[in-house]
Amino acid sequence: MNRKLLNKRLDEGFNILGIASIAFGLIVLLVLIIDVFSDGAARLSWSFFNNFPSRKPELAGILSAWVGTVWIMAITALIALPLGIGAGIYLEEYARKNHLTNFIEINIANLAGVPSVIYGLLGLGLFVRYFNLDRSILAGGLTLALLILPVIILSTREALRAVPFSIREASYASGATKWQTVRHQVLPAAFGSIMTGVILAMSRAVGETAPLITIGALTYIAFLPQGLFDPFTVLPIQIFNWVSRPQKGFFANAAAGIIILLGLTLIMNAAAIFLRHHYQKKIRW
Amino acid sequence: MLLKRRALLKIKETLIEGLLFSFSLLSVFTTLGIILVLFFETFEFFKEVPVLKFLTDTQWTPLFINKHFGILPLLSGTFLTTLIAILVAIPVGLVGAVYLSEYASLKVRNVVKPLLEILAAVPTVVYGYFALLFLTPLLKKVIPSLSGFNALSSGIVMGIMIIPLISSLSEDAMRAVPMGLREGAYAVGSNRLQVSLRIVLPAALSGIIAAFILAISRAVGETMIVAIAAGQQPKLTLNPLVPVETITAYIVQISLGDTPYGTLEYRTIFACGMSLFILTFILNIVSFKLKMRFQEVYE
Amino acid sequence: MQNSTFEIRGMRASYGAKEVLRGIDINILSNSVTAIIGPSGCGKSTFIRSLNRINDLILNFRVSGDILYHGKDIYADDVDVVDLRRRIGMVFQKPNPFPKSIYDNIAYVLRIHGIDMREMLDEIVEKSLRKAALWDEVKDNLRQSALTLSGGQQQRLCIARTLAIEPEVILFDEPCSALDPISTAKIEELIHQLKQNYTIVIVTHNMQQAARVSDHSAFFLMGELIEFGKTEDIFTKPADARTEAYITGRFG
Repeated sequence: MNRKLLNKRLDEGFNILGIASIAFGLIVLLVLIIDVFSDGAARLSWSFFNNFPSRKPELAGILSAWVGTVWIMAITALIALPLGIGAGIYLEEYARKNHLTNFIEINIANLAGVPSVIYGLLGLGLFVRYFNLDRSILAGGLTLALLILPVIILSTREALRAVPFSIREASYASGATKWQTVRHQVLPAAFGSIMTGVILAMSRAVGETAPLITIGALTYIAFLPQGLFDPFTVLPIQIFNWVSRPQKGFFANAAAGIIILLGLTLIMNAAAIFLRHHYQKKIRW
Repeated sequence: MLLKRRALLKIKETLIEGLLFSFSLLSVFTTLGIILVLFFETFEFFKEVPVLKFLTDTQWTPLFINKHFGILPLLSGTFLTTLIAILVAIPVGLVGAVYLSEYASLKVRNVVKPLLEILAAVPTVVYGYFALLFLTPLLKKVIPSLSGFNALSSGIVMGIMIIPLISSLSEDAMRAVPMGLREGAYAVGSNRLQVSLRIVLPAALSGIIAAFILAISRAVGETMIVAIAAGQQPKLTLNPLVPVETITAYIVQISLGDTPYGTLEYRTIFACGMSLFILTFILNIVSFKLKMRFQEVYE
Repeated sequence: MQNSTFEIRGMRASYGAKEVLRGIDINILSNSVTAIIGPSGCGKSTFIRSLNRINDLILNFRVSGDILYHGKDIYADDVDVVDLRRRIGMVFQKPNPFPKSIYDNIAYVLRIHGIDMREMLDEIVEKSLRKAALWDEVKDNLRQSALTLSGGQQQRLCIARTLAIEPEVILFDEPCSALDPISTAKIEELIHQLKQNYTIVIVTHNMQQAARVSDHSAFFLMGELIEFGKTEDIFTKPADARTEAYITGRFG
């Protein structure tokens, strides 16, 4: 009798503990957002968007940073999307189960777990030095593309796997070739999920700091990049730079930059989730 | 005419397959690239610094006049921050996972899970800011001897960042345990706690440990949080209240500076990178093997 | 004497270590409906799916023997499988329309075979839908998603799709087992009409259907062909005792 009561109390206690754990995570998130907003909202203004960094916190803005981010995102996407989706298609639709395929899959799984700063070292040694691209947008884009490639490949494969086999079977039975089936049946059906994966990968790339610092992206840039071979900075690096300054005035700038970065990340994630929902509703197997 | 069309089609098919195959080979070349770059520079590094010194010297001062190249201080910085992170993330993450898997209703799960994923989506610079400018001052009120840069704040925030990793993967492992096992236990009058701790957890154990190890690997490789909030003073210590430097933060520190290419100081970041790569590689393999063993049993 | 579209000798098939067909000898006659009957697991589906080589998609599938289509072995190295499947069409057990519009389900098949002029597409889409007895029901909604059609309509769409490229042979793998009786009746009537212009092989576990629809029947049991002959004969005076036992419902 006593034992039974004890067990009941323990069970109820754990229920509360569980709720507390979940609440902990959510509360921290909330506190973080409130803290950042209260620190940085005052700094947000049109001039903040349009100014270059400066020695005076009130005048310092994120112009070079957000333009750099746009450049880098464009180059990264241009490189990573075709390569990643293409590789995903090959591995899921074409590859036979042999040692080479296995080896490639192991490589991809491993690369997904390599710390981002190591990709920075790769970019430094290979793109910046060996290919003599120096600390340019091209080098940065290539490095980030390699970083998000495994993620895109894995999510593309998952999206393709979700397309029922009967679709492919019907297509082959009609006398279609493999590429015709992939291009006209499988890819359109998997399109929404692939896009979701891509957007999530890009939203990760937007916040990446370490690999770009490592290849030499500068932290104080007072000009806009004009081409692929120009030096650059990105939003997270600008934030990092402001946070690292001894003058407290810059902390507000950092917070304001964070608000923008968080907003960007949030929009991209929301878009990805919306896409996933939208496409799941359209295709009813 | 029809024959020619079919021949062209066949050529097109072969070309496309070849192209896509070459894309997938890129991953192999990436790994090769990482290994070669790290190896080459590390090789040059070890021409000047004996491996034994690297592994056993207790000081890391490559930029000072009196140079020491012992990795131990950086390793201890990484170890300390990771340890704190794990001490935060594992209890919260695991309890949360058990709750979501065994206690919570479907509605609660569907709302909470995506919200927790947001924790994982926050860029790490933001966490660094939070650790330095919110958490450290807050903790200082309770622990006056806390320095501005320390392992405690950055460790705690790193832990918060990896909570979703542990809770999500552990929950997946627990949900893979067949319902039949649970039903057998409920049918003899067990309550949720008993089923969770005595039936589900042990059954999902290797999957859960795989998740832990993956989280450790993530914490070891984390850069920005520690670069911002943990400090830049390599110190061989277990004191969480003082500045330390991790392997990753050191790489960032040098990259921000003016160290010229091709010098010994420049090569130190590659030696660090190599150590980091080997460390995370081993952790990832162990996690993977554990996960394979778990999947064999349940799938 | 009717011509044979398929001449099969010594056909064996296996999935990995499991042997599913153990030496089949049969002639499929042109412009007739041949029913393949037998209890579950006897190899009927494996047999028919080997005729258009759709089993190639299954990883550990192996087939041997002579499977001649108009005198040529369809498993020879120089056979163009894509072309083979244009001449030998297949309708599956579970209707599998593409997740596209009704129009595009048929247009896709035409486009991949090189027909993409608008006027031709329109014409062939209508012709195929008429042949499949579906035109009247869908002619005003060709742009609607094929997935909004009922099961029976979807299956007729799949038939229309197969007819669009004018195959010579149509293989039906239990086409009505997922459908209601009214749709089943419609499809059976369709098959009856089609037989004038096509060679049809139909796998069915429904003996009455076989009796209604086919000219010849082949009884399979445990991977072997037990008896083959005119449907009339098989059902009224079967030569083999096992055939009789199956027909009279003693097993299966």
